[in-house]
Amino acid sequence: MESDLHQRMVKAILDIDEEETLRLTRKALEEGVPVERIIDSLSEGLREMGLLFEKGERYIPELVIAAEFVDKAFKILEPHLHREEAASGSLRDVRVVIATVEGDIHDLGKNLVATMLSAAGFHVIDLGKDVPAQTIVSKVKETNAQVVALSALLTTTMAHQEEAINLLVEERIRDKVRVIVGGAPASPDWAERIGADAYAENAMEAVRKLKEIISGDV
Amino acid sequence: MSEMTGTAKRPALSLLEEENIKEIYDAALRILEHTGVRIDNAEVLSLLHQNGVIVNFEKKVARFPQDLVSRCVKSTPSEVRIYSRDGKHDLLLKSNNVHFDPGSAAINILEEGVIRKPVTRDLERFVRVADYLEHIHAQSTALVVTDVPERFVDRYRLYVVLKNSTKPVVTGSFTKDGVHEMKRLLEVASGESDVSKRPMAIFDACPSPPLEWSDITSQNLLDCATSGIPVELVSMPLAGATGPATLAGSVLLHAAETLSGIVIAQLANRGTPCIWGGSPAIFDMRLGTTPMGAIETMMIDCAYAHVGKFLGLPTHAYLGLSDSKTVDSQAGFESALGITLGALAGINVISGPGILDFESCQSLEKLVIDNELCGMALRLMRGIHISRESLAEELIGEVGPGGNFLNKRHTLKWFRKEQLLPSIVIDRMTTSLWQERGSKTAYQRAREEVERILSTHEPEALPPDVERELDRMAEKWKPS
Repeated sequence: MESDLHQRMVKAILDIDEEETLRLTRKALEEGVPVERIIDSLSEGLREMGLLFEKGERYIPELVIAAEFVDKAFKILEPHLHREEAASGSLRDVRVVIATVEGDIHDLGKNLVATMLSAAGFHVIDLGKDVPAQTIVSKVKETNAQVVALSALLTTTMAHQEEAINLLVEERIRDKVRVIVGGAPASPDWAERIGADAYAENAMEAVRKLKEIISGDV
Repeated sequence: MSEMTGTAKRPALSLLEEENIKEIYDAALRILEHTGVRIDNAEVLSLLHQNGVIVNFEKKVARFPQDLVSRCVKSTPSEVRIYSRDGKHDLLLKSNNVHFDPGSAAINILEEGVIRKPVTRDLERFVRVADYLEHIHAQSTALVVTDVPERFVDRYRLYVVLKNSTKPVVTGSFTKDGVHEMKRLLEVASGESDVSKRPMAIFDACPSPPLEWSDITSQNLLDCATSGIPVELVSMPLAGATGPATLAGSVLLHAAETLSGIVIAQLANRGTPCIWGGSPAIFDMRLGTTPMGAIETMMIDCAYAHVGKFLGLPTHAYLGLSDSKTVDSQAGFESALGITLGALAGINVISGPGILDFESCQSLEKLVIDNELCGMALRLMRGIHISRESLAEELIGEVGPGGNFLNKRHTLKWFRKEQLLPSIVIDRMTTSLWQERGSKTAYQRAREEVERILSTHEPEALPPDVERELDRMAEKWKPS
C-alpha cells in the first residue's frame, strides 16, 4: 500500500502532474504515512527527474516546474514535521544564502539553482540580483547560514565572487560557511583560484555537490 | 488542439520568375523538336517511332513533336506515394513535401580516416543506421559493394537494403537486365505481384549529357515504365563541359533531357510516375572536377526543380553532398547549404546525406551529422507558428519585467513543439561541461553516435518466408 503510494508519487512527479502530486501528498498524510517517508518519495521523484535530465531525457522547464510543485508539497508537510525531525540535521536546517553578485542583473541561472535547492530540501535565502558583497556577508552572519552560493553571468562581474569570499575571510567567518560558485564564465579552475569550495555546472549539479559537501560536514 | 489553429507562412526560395520558366519550357520543346535526342536503343526508338516521334534510325536520333511532349507531361501523375514495408514511413511526393535519402551509389567509404572500397558489411551497417535516423526518410542503395561480381551489384545492393530496413528505397540498375531482377525482389518484399500497386522503390534513370540516352539507361527507363515502377529522371549536364557554362543554359538542357525521358516513359505506359530529378553540376575549370558543393550547382538544382513544379511534377535533386574528402568544416557547410536550399525550394526527394568527394564516397559519421541538418531544414520549413497562444501576449504581461518563463506551463507545452531537440552530435554544452566530457569534435561525437545506433537499433525483420525467398534469390549473386 505504502510502496504503491511511493511509486505513484514518483510517477506523478516524472509525469509533471502537479495536481496528482499534491493530492497524493495530502492522501499520504491522511493515511498516517510518516512525514519523512513522504519526503523521501518526493525527493526520490525529483532525484529520478534529475537523473533523466542528466541523460538528456528531460528538459529544464520540466525540471523547474516539477521542483516548484514538489516545493509546494513540502509546504503542505511542514506543519506536520515534529520539532525533533526538523532539527535533526535534515536539509531544511541547512541555510543557503544565494545571490547574483554586484553589477550582474542576470538571475535566471541563480533562480534555477534556488528553486532546485529548495525543492531538494535546503532552506534557501534568496537575496536576488546585483547584490553587493557586504550585503551577502551581513546576511550570512545574520542567518548563521552554512552555505553561500554565488552566481555571475559576466566576465566583468565574476570578480565580485572573489570579493565576497575575501570579505568572508576578513570578517573571520570563511571557515563557518561553504561557498559554491556558478555561472557562464565560472569554471572548476576559477572556483579553486578564488578559494571557493565547489563549482557547479548547472542547477542539478549544485544540488548534488552541496549534498555531498554537507553530508561530509555533518 | 486550439493551439494548432494558427497559421505559418511557408518559407520558400525562388530563383526564377514564372515567365522565365515558360521561356525555358518553350525552348526545351523547340530543342526536342529541332535537334532531338540520340537514343542508343532500338526498342526505345521503335516505340517512339510508333507513337509519332520522328526517328532517324541510322543516326539513332529522335525528334519530338511539341504537342506530343506536352501531352506526355499531362499524363504524368502530379503525386506519387512510395510505400514503406511497415506502413509508417511512406513518402508522399507532391507539392512542397520534402524528404531526404542518403546519396546513392558511392564507390568508396570513409571509415576511421581511411578511404576504401566498400563491402557487404559496410552496406548493411549503413542501411541499419539510415533505418534509425529520424530525418532520413528513405533508403538508397548507397554503396557499390566490391565483394559481389560486378554484374550483380545493382540487384544485390537492393537485396541488402530490403533485408535491413523498412523504409522506401531510391535505387537504380547498372545493367540491361537489372530492372527485371530487381522488380522480382520488390515483388517478393512487398508481397504484390504487380509492383506498381504499392511501389516500395524509385528507380533512377540517367540520360547522358548532352541529349543522349545510353542503351542501358534507356532500357532501364523502358522496363520500369512498362512495369509502372516510379522513375526518377536524373539529367546531369556539367555547366561549361557537357552543357552550356551558363546556369540558365544548364536548366534548359536539363529540361530538354528530362522531358525526353518523360516521353519515353509515358509512351511505354501512360501514367507511369516520373520524378523531375537531376544531378547537374558546374565544371571546375581549374581541376576538371564536378563540384556538388558549389553554390552554382545548388542554384541549377533549385531552378530546375522550379521548372518541374511548374509542370506539376514531383521533384528530386542531389543536394546535401560535399566535395570534401573528410568529415570537416567544408563537409558541414556545403551539406547544410544544399539541404537548406533544397528544402526551401520544396524539392520532394533530396538525395545526398552522407556523401563526400562529389558523389563518390559515403561516411556513416557524415550521415548522422547530415541527419541533424535535415532536421533543422524541416524545422525551418514548418515556419513560424502564429496564433493567439503562440504570441503569448497575456503570458508576457503576467510574467512582467524581470520575471522568467521557465516555470510556466506555456513553456512546458510549447518548447518541444517549437524547438527541434538535437542528438549528442550537436554540441551546445558549456565549455567546462564540454571539457569534462572529453573535448570531442563533431566527428568524434558522430562516431560514437554511429556505434550507439548500431549496437542498439534493431531494424524490423522481414517475415521469415519472405526473407527465405529473398535469400534464395540472392544466393546466386552472393560472395562465396
